[in-house]
Amino acid sequence: MSSVLIEAPTAPVLTRRGAVLRMLRRNPAALIGSTILLVIAFCAVFAPLIAPYGLHTQVGPVFGRPSWKHPVGLDDGGIDMVTLLMWGARVSLIVGFAATFVSMAIGGTVGVLAGYFGGKVDTILMRITDYFLVIPDVPLMIVVAAIWGPSLFHIVIVIGILLWTGTARVIRAQVKSVRERVYVKRARALGAGHLRIVVRHVLPQVAPLLIANTVLTVAVAIFDETALSFLGLGDPSRTSLGKVIENAFERAAISSGAWWAIVPPGALVALIILGCSLVGGSMEDALNPRLRVAHLSARTFRLRPLVGRGDAL
Amino acid sequence: MRGADYVIKRTAFALVTVFVAVTLNFALFRLAPGSAVTDLSRVPHATPELRQALKKQFGLDKSKGAQYVIYLKQLVHGNLGVSFANEQPVSTNLRVALINTLPMVLLGTLFAIIIGTLTGVIAAWRRGTPTEALTVTSALGFYSMPTHWLGLMLIIIFAGTLPTGGMTNEFLINPSFWTHFRDLAAHITLPSLTLGLVLYGEYTLIVRSAMLETLGEDYILTARAKGLKPWTIVRRHALRNAMLPVATLVALSLGYIVAGAILIETVFSWPGIGRAVYDAVLQRDYPMLQGAFLLLTISVVFFNLVADLLYFKLDPRITE
Repeated sequence: MSSVLIEAPTAPVLTRRGAVLRMLRRNPAALIGSTILLVIAFCAVFAPLIAPYGLHTQVGPVFGRPSWKHPVGLDDGGIDMVTLLMWGARVSLIVGFAATFVSMAIGGTVGVLAGYFGGKVDTILMRITDYFLVIPDVPLMIVVAAIWGPSLFHIVIVIGILLWTGTARVIRAQVKSVRERVYVKRARALGAGHLRIVVRHVLPQVAPLLIANTVLTVAVAIFDETALSFLGLGDPSRTSLGKVIENAFERAAISSGAWWAIVPPGALVALIILGCSLVGGSMEDALNPRLRVAHLSARTFRLRPLVGRGDAL
Repeated sequence: MRGADYVIKRTAFALVTVFVAVTLNFALFRLAPGSAVTDLSRVPHATPELRQALKKQFGLDKSKGAQYVIYLKQLVHGNLGVSFANEQPVSTNLRVALINTLPMVLLGTLFAIIIGTLTGVIAAWRRGTPTEALTVTSALGFYSMPTHWLGLMLIIIFAGTLPTGGMTNEFLINPSFWTHFRDLAAHITLPSLTLGLVLYGEYTLIVRSAMLETLGEDYILTARAKGLKPWTIVRRHALRNAMLPVATLVALSLGYIVAGAILIETVFSWPGIGRAVYDAVLQRDYPMLQGAFLLLTISVVFFNLVADLLYFKLDPRITE
């Protein structure tokens, strides 16, 4: 359907990086999103230093009420919730970023290869992508986690292996257009090899989009980890935010009236996902307005980019 | 003629995908190290004879290739194996679960489509006003919430006024049709509402984007210039075209919604397909897990095909 749209005059390539900065300044959504993420990331990174209590020390009664000393109360083991939240965010973010790294590596490679070489390579790689796209990710994660046993490493690998399809598609489309640009053709005419063209000319062009996509994938990975933990397939030895929710649910926090043990961790996950969606969405908008709807895909079900479905782009 | 071509191509792709999914399903459960069936023949204190007998019973003494062929043959006959947990055929279990899931999922999706379209249209039409900011913010908020957590929040809010678990009140003995119906309706409210709210956020954002794109078209300008009422423009000119991508997205998401219902059904103890997956994981009921996974994959593939064909029907310009 993109073919019927009248193409707006596109800004020169040079302003791409500038566009990201300008967008951050002008777009309140991006600003709010990045503030949320920075604050949470700060707490998560420095959790060992700034967490008020020990992660495994009981500091009060089971499900102790929120008080001045413990602003969010205590959990089922009498552990301070603020401490749990900081450590939980740390583990969740690690899972999110590690899984995203795996998916970015796979998706980026597939996207660049398919887009750059085109032809048979493109057809085969995109077919494979299509197959991965229709596998429902949460059920497969459940199956794999159930068979391999719960561990953080398995979760990261499974999420990473399943999430790369969106990245591959977006990057492929971008690489296809970059490949046809004059300076790339010129570099090829000057005798530059494939590797040099990809590394020096193509990658720098698609990198911002890859990063925007990454931010969105982090949100999906964190959501998936929370879901797996809730189903009892999380790593039992690691306190992720999903684990905190699951623990509170399992130990009947709701019927004990201990809302503080279950509301904050979920709200924190929602905040992280919100932050990622805001930042990633605005970045993608700034970089590639034609993919406006693609970033809605962060969820249990991945939707395809509306504009330029598949090969049309 | 290209249309028929397109339909055949997409259908063939769907069939091949199903085959890939079936193979994956076989490989995941049989070839993975320490998989279910190998564990089974490693019963503690089992005599070698028992081990052999178990292996023979589950066909593990044959080669992987032979096992694969047997698996395919059984699948064609609709035999998904027997559940470890209740010793019923997996296909029977799945059918019961699916029948329970569908009303809940459909009700929630319907809610999301209606509310989501409405708020999406309003947000696009009132662009740049506080109304839009409010709609988009709340949609993004619901969109970001972990599904099961939202369910738990609803339980906290509605505990006492609405039933928070199960599908029926088991203490009702021989209820009249009307009582039974009311009981069901009360039980279905919270799970459906959870699903509806999660999806509503997503649908609102999609409808808004599609509407914004459509509202920028020249024919909308023409309609305005003709002096048509705003509502007429939205209804007759903008919405129809905006619903084009939305319709396919809804069809596309249906397959994943069934999968996404796992979390909701776990929270609300709804005896559907998602709950079946959860129980199968807890009880290490591998035939059941395998069957459910296959069913979920096939439903996603099926709805993908529906989405593709629907898109083609609505917008014949697409031929790829």
